[in-house]
Amino acid sequence: MAQYQNIFTQIQVRGHIEEGVAHDDSQAWDRTGPGFFSYIVGIFGNAQIGPIYLGAYGVVSLIFGTLGINIIGFNFLAQVDWNIFEFIRQLFWLSLEPPAPEYGLSFPPMNQGGWYMLSSLFILISVITWWIRTYRRAIALNMGTHVAWAFASAIWLFLVLGLFRPLLLGSWSEMVPYGIFSHLDWTAAFSIRYGNLFYNPFHALSIVFLYGSAVLFAMHGATILAVSRFGGDREIDQIVNRGTASERAALFWRWCMGFNASMESIHRWAWWFAVLTTLTGGIGILLTGTVVDNWYLWAVKHDFAPSYPDLYPNVVDPLGGSQ
Amino acid sequence: MSRRLEEMKLNSFIIKVGIAFGLFLVVLGGVGLPVILDKTQTGFRGTGMFVSVNETIREEEKQFHAAPEVLYELTPEEEEGPTAGEIYENVQVLGHLSDARFTRLMAAVTEWVSPEEGCAYCHGEEGNFASDDLYTKVVSRRMFQMTQTINSQWQDHVGNVGVTCYTCHRGQPVPANIWFEEPVDESNDAIGVGWDGGSQNRPGENVALATLPNDHFTAFLLNDNNIRLQNMDDALPQRDGDYGTIKSTEWTYGLMIHMSEGLGVNCVFCHNSRNFGAWEESPPQRVTAWHGIRMARQLNVEYLDPLQPVYPDIRLGENGDAPKANCATCHAGINKPLYGAPMANDYPALLQPGSLP
Repeated sequence: MAQYQNIFTQIQVRGHIEEGVAHDDSQAWDRTGPGFFSYIVGIFGNAQIGPIYLGAYGVVSLIFGTLGINIIGFNFLAQVDWNIFEFIRQLFWLSLEPPAPEYGLSFPPMNQGGWYMLSSLFILISVITWWIRTYRRAIALNMGTHVAWAFASAIWLFLVLGLFRPLLLGSWSEMVPYGIFSHLDWTAAFSIRYGNLFYNPFHALSIVFLYGSAVLFAMHGATILAVSRFGGDREIDQIVNRGTASERAALFWRWCMGFNASMESIHRWAWWFAVLTTLTGGIGILLTGTVVDNWYLWAVKHDFAPSYPDLYPNVVDPLGGSQ
Repeated sequence: MSRRLEEMKLNSFIIKVGIAFGLFLVVLGGVGLPVILDKTQTGFRGTGMFVSVNETIREEEKQFHAAPEVLYELTPEEEEGPTAGEIYENVQVLGHLSDARFTRLMAAVTEWVSPEEGCAYCHGEEGNFASDDLYTKVVSRRMFQMTQTINSQWQDHVGNVGVTCYTCHRGQPVPANIWFEEPVDESNDAIGVGWDGGSQNRPGENVALATLPNDHFTAFLLNDNNIRLQNMDDALPQRDGDYGTIKSTEWTYGLMIHMSEGLGVNCVFCHNSRNFGAWEESPPQRVTAWHGIRMARQLNVEYLDPLQPVYPDIRLGENGDAPKANCATCHAGINKPLYGAPMANDYPALLQPGSLP
């Protein structure tokens, strides 16, 4: 059977450990370990693991990331009185919560949000140093810095939620709790408090790009696999040396929907859709509570929300207020 | 490729699809057959305003939500004659009733509240009916007054249907749906817990296993905390605005989940689907529910909570507080308790406080 019809990658190259191309970063650390091959890993990607590049920023990122995650985990354990079975049983419910609103922007006592703030700081350091790592490794290899800037878009949303918006509103209590169910309930409460986030146009844009990313990913992945019997998996090569794979893929989409991306532009589509998901999402969150307090009323004011006939005109607030 | 090979491949493909579909049905059977929901549109088209009812569950619980028949009819002569207060000792609340009416009510209450334990549940094995020695009798007397208060002062909530003892008790001395204050978790005071904000982030029955605050009954149905949280004055933030925080929103959200579960309804049974805070385009049930929250609060503050010293320890919560009422105490998962059967009308003594002749 043809190899392209399989779920997993069929070809695993074995030989000497691939050391990679020469690079011009004179300050780079030596890579750690001899490197090895793994059959399981080879099913999903390249079978070779390592040698691992740690680097100064990588080490800092790993240390602070481990500390930050462990603060969350040990707080969970403390909440169930250090009972490992309860920890597993209640894992989806357990949560490390931000400080209460009365603490504002001050540093709260450790068991009233202090551990949360410390964990947040450590995770922030970890994320930022990991971004620097993606940027510097790209430079060292003479690559473009597309990965770093795409990552930066995700960090933008992360910073809006955990830093910019709380600073603008003057309270760390605006931050998101660290828990599996709790952050979902927080999201629902956020939408309810600010008058239905579905009327936030930036939220709408973010959803378009998020779901659009999934559709584009599926279309592109399927197209390349479908023409890999003609060498379509060498897609970058076919950007300039257009072969029959590229031509068939292009014709397929012109037949289907009258338009096709090129081997180059499809990757720009993918990059921008992914980047715009968190970029627009971050804008939408930043405006909420700072510039707009009730998105439904905002949408009505700007003719963004339609008005419907009032089927229950006799219903009025028992308190006589507007709410 | 030969035609025969093509056919074989096609057959093999059809068999594979058949097996996959068969497995799908087996898995579906394992998790239960599709639920039949009876949906009723309650708002303008396209706004997602509908109420859904699970007919399967309603059918299973039909008996539980059926109101009992009136015990027996009274003849006009039986309405006359000496009153209970004249015949019996220590009849403080129902003394104005005729003897026959009083006796019938007592018999009905026994059926509603203590069908197995009988009269002795309140009056003791000795049969001294005037005695207040048993706590159950003291509580019952207060419950009669509470029922009269509900039926005479809270018609905004109970309408002309009213409630009886059976609305909550359903043949049990202690109603199935009662609540206590959340016990204080000692481990939450330990250093390094991260956050001691209370009864949150546990699999709580009061909030349908969400991570919302479990103790919202204390906050809203005993204490009078602000339930409203949205800025409905303007789209833009107000400098002096005193609206909810995200954390306080979670408390309100918890209460709303209880109301949804307790009444077996979704959010848009009461709320306009676009804008939960707005009263415009809200179904009228929201006004009924608004009065219901106030009613539950008054019952807890004036009737149920103050009975705390009367109860033995076994009836108290972990914090030593008295059992209290919430929406589910009467509603038990139905938006109209007992499907709106007007059984209180058969027992006029329950409709309003009476006075001794």
